[in-house]
Amino acid sequence: MKPFETHTGIVATLDRSNVDTDQIIPKQFLKRIERTGFGQFLFYDWRFLEDGSPNPDFELNQPQFQGASILVGRKNFGNGSSREHAVWSLDDYGIRAVIAESFADIFYNNCFKNGLLPITLTPEEVHQIHDRVNQQDGYQLTIDLPAQSVRDEDGLEATFEIETFRKECLIGGLDQIALTLNHIDKIEQFEKANGYCQDS
Amino acid sequence: MIADNPRTLFEKIWDQHVVHQEPGQQTLLYIDLHLIHEVTSPQAFEGLRLAGRPLRRPERTIGTQDHNVPTTDRSLPIVDTIARQQIETLRHNCREFGVRLYDLDSPNQGIVHVIGPELGLTQPGMTIVCGDSHTSTHGAFGALAFGIGTSEVEHVMATQTLSQIKPKTYEIRINGSLGRGVTSKDLILYLIGEITTAGGTGHVIEYTGQAIRELSMEERMTVCNMSIEAGARAGMIAPDETTFEYIRGREFAPDDFEASVTRWKSLPSDPGSTYDRVDIFEAEDVAPQVTWGTNPGQVTRVDAGVPDPADFADATDRQSAESALKYMDLVPGTPITEIPVDRVFIGSCTNSRIEDLRVAAELVRGKKIADHVSAMVVPGSGIIKQQAEQEGLDRVFLEAGFEWREAGCSMCLGMNPDQLDPGERCASTSNRNFEGRQGRGGRTHLVSPEMAAAAAIAGRFVDVRHWD
Repeated sequence: MKPFETHTGIVATLDRSNVDTDQIIPKQFLKRIERTGFGQFLFYDWRFLEDGSPNPDFELNQPQFQGASILVGRKNFGNGSSREHAVWSLDDYGIRAVIAESFADIFYNNCFKNGLLPITLTPEEVHQIHDRVNQQDGYQLTIDLPAQSVRDEDGLEATFEIETFRKECLIGGLDQIALTLNHIDKIEQFEKANGYCQDS
Repeated sequence: MIADNPRTLFEKIWDQHVVHQEPGQQTLLYIDLHLIHEVTSPQAFEGLRLAGRPLRRPERTIGTQDHNVPTTDRSLPIVDTIARQQIETLRHNCREFGVRLYDLDSPNQGIVHVIGPELGLTQPGMTIVCGDSHTSTHGAFGALAFGIGTSEVEHVMATQTLSQIKPKTYEIRINGSLGRGVTSKDLILYLIGEITTAGGTGHVIEYTGQAIRELSMEERMTVCNMSIEAGARAGMIAPDETTFEYIRGREFAPDDFEASVTRWKSLPSDPGSTYDRVDIFEAEDVAPQVTWGTNPGQVTRVDAGVPDPADFADATDRQSAESALKYMDLVPGTPITEIPVDRVFIGSCTNSRIEDLRVAAELVRGKKIADHVSAMVVPGSGIIKQQAEQEGLDRVFLEAGFEWREAGCSMCLGMNPDQLDPGERCASTSNRNFEGRQGRGGRTHLVSPEMAAAAAIAGRFVDVRHWD
């Protein structure tokens, strides 16, 4: 997994709540058996018109959001299905962090498995970022994961909570399966103690 | 009598499955049963291969093909080459890693959350995961069951464990009995409307109270299934005689059944145990429900009207309602019973079980669907399809003008050719009414099987409590 330590980038906003995984990556793209190449399908039904041309009304198609690597939503971002394809498509598109007032659990979990940082801020802080993006083309934020902070060049500074293990895994880009396999003796002990060794 | 250390159902199962725990760290939790399907597993198998890791417990891993399979004639080749490749990939992976697969030609093939319980694989006290959010369904048996992403699927394959942060507990108690014509689907839609689609975030819900105890296993599965639509990590119902009788005699029911029942009887929450959050509702407040918006929390009673966004106090909710009504092409104040439907879908892991088909068939028996409606029934599994045909339900549906299909997820998510056309309005027994969920531009109204069946006949929504 690619590590995440600090990141500065252009901020794009999606001013809506309940952005669901069906919107992030519509079902017609879930048939692929690869893990890569999903960026072209990100927000497909919103981003493209029926004839396949870009939808000029959609946020990510706005000129000021080109090259954005930080996405800011509102409430309950990523609700819906468990499809990790949603995270793969954001990542492949070039998004390194998503900021929202709240996230759905499975999406939030999936982010950490792919080096994408989900950041929960207060509604006031999220609102403030939306305002600043609206006022300034090319608005950028700097995210400092070790310090658990988000800041811009005009004095905005917000801190966020993140569970320690997730933070360490992201900063180190750690392979979580390898970490668990360090405890293989405990897994074997558990299986023995619970009679899980034979087929049952 | 109050136990020394009273624990909830969830806490008992959690404690029993802790493999390793360091203070302040995530818990390494053992997984008893891992269900896999064609859509969220290929990249996980590929991960194992790339790292040269074996699948640790093939005998605790069960596969089926459900999400993108055609529901038409199974003897014909699958036209969609990408879908076909995904199905063949699961077949190949299961063979390579020694996993039991209920393939397209198996009589047991079906929706993963239908066949697990149906085969007796799902049992009280288990930890169950699957790369599908509706894994919460299995919580109806008093199991801890939740959906995971593909990276976690790979983690379970390699280690038979998951690293987890302990969720909080949330009791939702429903007093009293549901009224006539009011189903467990209406109950869960009502609850989501009350607590919102983020209401359960970070929590495992345990449903309790008289209304829950009175539900059949099929009805309980419908409630737990949509816990994810309430944002919850999982939904659970304590096992009781209803649970034990459902499992008894099923293919994978434990050999030492009576001893297992004795063990399962120790699972329900102890008197005096406490939850992080508790909400209490009255069953008599629940009427048949119809969603009007583009998330399952945007729902109202069938005898109400389409709400006016102006009545929402919160600015974000107001904006969500406005854009939902625009997408759904609905006008505030319109009585729900005046909304016409073009399509009806009876199926999905929420409502495709034999009981669902029986009640829907009773409503349409001897009637014809409205001229402008096309309707389909997609049984949840091959076993259900066979049972329904033995009971003659297929003929009831066919004579009424419904299509009768093979088992699969079908139009719940429209990965296969079963989709809405742009602008079409559908009464659906599935679980998500997101924009484009059932087909780009399609408009989904979530309802119970009874409400869907009645809408097919009437050509619009009707209040099944006062309809014949």
